[in-house]
Amino acid sequence: MSDVAIRVEGLGKQYHLGAQKERYHTFADQIKKWTSVRKLFSRAKRAESRPPFWALKDVSFEVKRGEVVGIIGRNGAGKSTLLKILSRITEPTEGGADIHGRVGSLLEVGTGFHPELTGRENVYLNGAILGMKRSEIVRKFDEIVAFAEVEKFIDTPVKHYSSGMYMRLAFAVAAHLDPEILVVDEVLAVGDAQFQKKCLGKMGDVAKGGRTVLFVSHSMTALQQLCHRCLLLRGGQVDFLGLTQDCIARYATGGASRSGRIIDHTTKRNDAVSVESIRVNGSEADEVHLLAGAQELTLEMAGVVHQLTRGGLQARLQDDLGTPLGIFSPAFERGGADPLPLGPFHLKHRMRLPRLNRGEYVLMFELVQPNVTAWYEAQDAVRLHVAGTPMTTGQTFAVNERLGWVLLDEVKA
Amino acid sequence: MTPTTVDTPLSCEVTRIRPSGGWRAINLAEVWRYRELLFFLTLRDIKLRYKQTALGVAWAVIQPLATMAVFAVFFGKLGKLPSDGQPYALFVLTALLPWQLFAYALTQSSNSLVAEQRLITKVYFPRLIIPVASVLSGLVDFAVAMCLVMIGMAIFGVVPTVAIIALPAFVVFAVFTALAIGLWLSALNVQYRDIRYTIPFLTQFWLFVSPVAYPASMVPEQYRVLYGLNPMAGVIEGTRWALLGTTAPDWGLMAVSAGVVALLLTGGLLYFKRMEKTFADVV
Repeated sequence: MSDVAIRVEGLGKQYHLGAQKERYHTFADQIKKWTSVRKLFSRAKRAESRPPFWALKDVSFEVKRGEVVGIIGRNGAGKSTLLKILSRITEPTEGGADIHGRVGSLLEVGTGFHPELTGRENVYLNGAILGMKRSEIVRKFDEIVAFAEVEKFIDTPVKHYSSGMYMRLAFAVAAHLDPEILVVDEVLAVGDAQFQKKCLGKMGDVAKGGRTVLFVSHSMTALQQLCHRCLLLRGGQVDFLGLTQDCIARYATGGASRSGRIIDHTTKRNDAVSVESIRVNGSEADEVHLLAGAQELTLEMAGVVHQLTRGGLQARLQDDLGTPLGIFSPAFERGGADPLPLGPFHLKHRMRLPRLNRGEYVLMFELVQPNVTAWYEAQDAVRLHVAGTPMTTGQTFAVNERLGWVLLDEVKA
Repeated sequence: MTPTTVDTPLSCEVTRIRPSGGWRAINLAEVWRYRELLFFLTLRDIKLRYKQTALGVAWAVIQPLATMAVFAVFFGKLGKLPSDGQPYALFVLTALLPWQLFAYALTQSSNSLVAEQRLITKVYFPRLIIPVASVLSGLVDFAVAMCLVMIGMAIFGVVPTVAIIALPAFVVFAVFTALAIGLWLSALNVQYRDIRYTIPFLTQFWLFVSPVAYPASMVPEQYRVLYGLNPMAGVIEGTRWALLGTTAPDWGLMAVSAGVVALLLTGGLLYFKRMEKTFADVV
């Protein structure tokens, strides 16, 4: 027997946009459709009908037994559609997948929980829904209840539970699902920090137990901790499949979900100069994903000089509340900006970031003549998403504002 | 973290996911594998049926009793409808027994897929389980109403004949009738929410074309077999015969009813299977 657990080949899923948007079909609509069949042959009608939309197209990959593979991608990249197909909730339009082993899928915790039923009743119902045998639930019942820490309330209807208890019970059932292959959607995105940590720990156990896991997450930290390899989806297609580090880096450098250009955030301009393009790491996108730890950024600014004589690029780093954290100004450091001749200009600098903790940061850009004037400003120009841990040992660094944003270096003798 | 190698052999289970086209038969073996889920869903529906009601399961008694009283007064006393020589109240009650099972099961199953859209979009299992569970949950009310009929028979001094052994068959007949219609309507309801609004109207209409308030013998002889096209005519006539030991029902009518149900059920299963794959996308 081969050691491949999941083989996906040429998988595609097509949605008809119209069908997806109109949630409620009525006979009246259908009748309209039928009566318009006659008009189908007229060109005008045909132009109106919208093209089908491929949520997934030509997706192929393999997952080996015992491997934990993460799936990354922006909203709408096809992550959920892929999981839904692999969980058999929906059928592919083309291509296919073979899964070797018992599959358990967890697209949501607490599916089928009913508020009127007691904790006990919900455990049994939810377990059965997730595909557990009754005998299995009986065997694991005490363990589930203990994990959820709801022993005292197990015979109380869950509508009287606090939301925390509810989530804990729901996750506890899911966590005791024991399949050979586990397909998990962003289930860790619920609950408080402590609960998330517990969930992550449980996921880690599952992964270490030699189970094959396919894991969708937006949490780069979780992915880094759990997954050896990652699959990057973009626009319904496989963009990259490889080591988690490489995959996150590639995800980080490509495109922007703020879906704007840095230049669109211009807040101050001047007749003396027109700035046409600003790039970070070669991209005009106003959103950048980075791994925590020391990083270098390439900053570029290009445009046309009309009147001014001297100017230099300046970048400022702020936290997401706007607190200034640092300034990057080569011109200032040199005691003054370089001369800029009339006509097109192109400035390029490499900047080293400090070892930032994970979190959200803002970079703003300026074209200045230090101590004289700012010709151009783009505030809130780039969002920096820093993920992972700045520790070189790979230890986690809890998000905690009181620890500050920068990990300071030890001076080695 | 590096992938760990495991020595335990993989189960031989292979799930093949491919686009499926056209009409296929329902995989009943798979439905059987999910029988425990069917059990838990049915149990849930039963438990939830009378949750947070003051009268609880008494409703299962009040409903047929009140309907019987109204029918007995207006159709029996004032309308003077015949009742095949049985006390009219009992005559109506024995018809209401399968009728209410049917009406409840039909309504519940037709709305079931839409009501369970959460499940449908998040977990895989044979979707057939959902309408079947909602049909089966109607059997609890049936059991309660059955006791009521027994009491009624005792009051009117009606002793059941040997025909009573046929009763389970007619209960199954009623369940299948409800399921046959329910499968069509539940699948259609996923696409067209119009169904939701037609169901109360449909059941009301159906009540009057079924021999609840009157005997099938009131239908002119030459049309009686045709009357069997309404499968509930067969179900009700049969149940009445099994309970009260009245004159045997028209077997031609019965055969037509059974044929109609078989046809509707087969068609319903095929249609349901055909639509099943789109449920998660459309619901």
